[in-house]
Amino acid sequence: MNNKILIGVLCATAGLVALVAQDNTTIIKIIGGEKAAIAVPDLRGSGEAQTFMGAFNQTLWDDLSSSGIFRMSPKTVYPMGIPARPQDLKPTPAPPPARRGRTAAEVLPSCGGMCLSDWSGPPVNANFLTFGYTGVQNGQLVLFGYLYNLAQPDLNNAQVLGKLYFGTVDEAGARKVAHEFAADILSQFGQKSLSGSKIYFTRGSGKGIKEIWQMDYDGNNQKPLTSYRSLCNFPDISPDGSMLAFTCWLRGVPQLQIFQLDPVRKMVFVNPHASMNSQLDFFAGGKQVVFTSTLASGTAQLYLANINGSNLRRLTFSKAIDCEPHINPKNQSEIVFVSGRSGHPQVYRMNIDGADVDRLSSGEGDAVNPSWHPDGQHIAFAWTRGYEPGKFNIFVMDVATRRVEQLTHDEGKNENPSWAPDGRHIVFSSTRSGSLQIWTMLANGTQLKQLTTSGTNEKPVWSK
Amino acid sequence: MSKRQISAVLLGFSLILFLAGCKKKVPAPPPPPPPAAAPAPAPPARPSITFSAEPGTIERGQSATLRWEVTGATDMSIDNGVGSIQANGSRQVYPTSTTTYVLTATGPGGTSTANATVNVTAPPPPPPAPEAPKMSLAERLARDVQDAYFDFDKSDIREDARAVLTKDADALKSIFNDFPNAVVTVEGHCDERGSAEYNLALGDRRSTSAKNFLVQLGVPGDKLRTVSYGKERPVCTEHNEECWQKNRHVHFSAE
Repeated sequence: MNNKILIGVLCATAGLVALVAQDNTTIIKIIGGEKAAIAVPDLRGSGEAQTFMGAFNQTLWDDLSSSGIFRMSPKTVYPMGIPARPQDLKPTPAPPPARRGRTAAEVLPSCGGMCLSDWSGPPVNANFLTFGYTGVQNGQLVLFGYLYNLAQPDLNNAQVLGKLYFGTVDEAGARKVAHEFAADILSQFGQKSLSGSKIYFTRGSGKGIKEIWQMDYDGNNQKPLTSYRSLCNFPDISPDGSMLAFTCWLRGVPQLQIFQLDPVRKMVFVNPHASMNSQLDFFAGGKQVVFTSTLASGTAQLYLANINGSNLRRLTFSKAIDCEPHINPKNQSEIVFVSGRSGHPQVYRMNIDGADVDRLSSGEGDAVNPSWHPDGQHIAFAWTRGYEPGKFNIFVMDVATRRVEQLTHDEGKNENPSWAPDGRHIVFSSTRSGSLQIWTMLANGTQLKQLTTSGTNEKPVWSK
Repeated sequence: MSKRQISAVLLGFSLILFLAGCKKKVPAPPPPPPPAAAPAPAPPARPSITFSAEPGTIERGQSATLRWEVTGATDMSIDNGVGSIQANGSRQVYPTSTTTYVLTATGPGGTSTANATVNVTAPPPPPPAPEAPKMSLAERLARDVQDAYFDFDKSDIREDARAVLTKDADALKSIFNDFPNAVVTVEGHCDERGSAEYNLALGDRRSTSAKNFLVQLGVPGDKLRTVSYGKERPVCTEHNEECWQKNRHVHFSAE
């Protein structure tokens, strides 16, 4: 695990974490190589609120679990009693004098879940505990959410987080408050929550029809953005998440479209007069774009333009295919792209003026679909190295050193990785379930989660 | 001068005028011309007839006008449904085929006849019924123009594709002859193994290289439009080389 990202993933997440209670600044100290264990018992709702607690508890668990920074203590070992309010908690009883052959922890008296020691000791062995409850007040769903640091012996210092959250009295409201609670918990550990982030993708419904769809980062709220009953594909999102570009065959040939998303509005983009314009990436704060076009040479090359298609400039001058350009989100002055100039497609980088072209992948197999990590130092991409043509797997590369780590290992075809805004998760497409679907994983290849099941789904891009 | 004198002068003047007028009338008008152009044989002449049809030639459905002048007759008629007529007149007729009208006039001098013919021509023939089972452009393309196949990740024209495209060039020229306004789409397709993004560009290269080959053989380039479908429209969905080869092709379709 020499890769910086993977170290980052582990470092940020790993180990027992010491928190200064009631302090908003995050102090994380890594102890050992372990992740913090967190107990997340099911919260209950009073009255009508209980109806929605299934959705609430699942959402809270998923958000914390999928963040990858915790070891989730299994629910099956939790005590019978679960505190709902801080005042339900009792001070940890003094341990009786240790006897020969027994450790103090083993004989700690249980208080049925109402003492922090019930959660920090065996069999739960958690470092953190979430609890609280919901109720309906003035027509709103109210969540009282708490996070306690079980390493603090003093109850008064153990509370890390205690906050009220408000939502609508329905499942959506329950999910919303769960996402917000989870986001606050994650921020205590220096992690950006992914709740609120969106994934854009392409759904095929058969008969050659593909439309652009969106969903929440966890697969909820899947809905179509286009309804052309045509072939559309290759979505790409602007860095601020406000504009979406994609390619449609509406007038016979593949051409680009750009939409503003909130509210949804088609923007003016003048396609060059070419048999193909596709694969657009935004940069310069959404004022400039780079894309693939067959305009000049009859072979796909890279072009720069203003957001409306004016000020068109050819960027590459190769005899081979150049496609899939992506601007470094950090320095805005570097492009990774795919080129067939050395034979089969490989991942290259160059400066935004076209100078200093370097091949990043080794030349083996097909290397495609480069996607920048938000840090601008790493890329994820799909590669067939070590496998037959078409057998893509997801790899991560440190661009400076060209070191690569393989994240998937021949479980179907794995393509189109796209980084989450937290820089710790990757969304990608995979055929591992038997059909082409969208999955997420932690950037070390664990925590796989299938987000789509209906139709065929591909080309995910993760937005803010 | 007295009033009486003036009156007398005026009266005298009037009388002069009156007498002058009477005097002019003296060379009496010539007698009306004799009824029958005055060949003036002693017995009454046979009726004389002037009979014409205008225009003399019509298209079916149009009308012609018969005109006649008959003198020296008491009983006049035209056949072909026109019937009895007056001595001077005209009548519109709508013959459906060439018809000769006969005017018969009978008078004290005997009976005369005269003919007028209206020639009826058929209108231009209706446009020929569309040649019923003529093939559509799409059907011609499907029958006569074959797909050409490519190697994996390649867009150059293979030996077998050269032979196919050479035949296609002839077929296309013949098709453009029959369909002068047709534009044919050269679709480039790829197998499922490359990335969709790269394949989109590769399919474009395949359709472009096939088009260029056809243009070299004299197929008009402005009638060929290229489009890439990458791997979006496979003709075969199995995961084996036989199927992949079917998908690495250019296909010709009507707009």
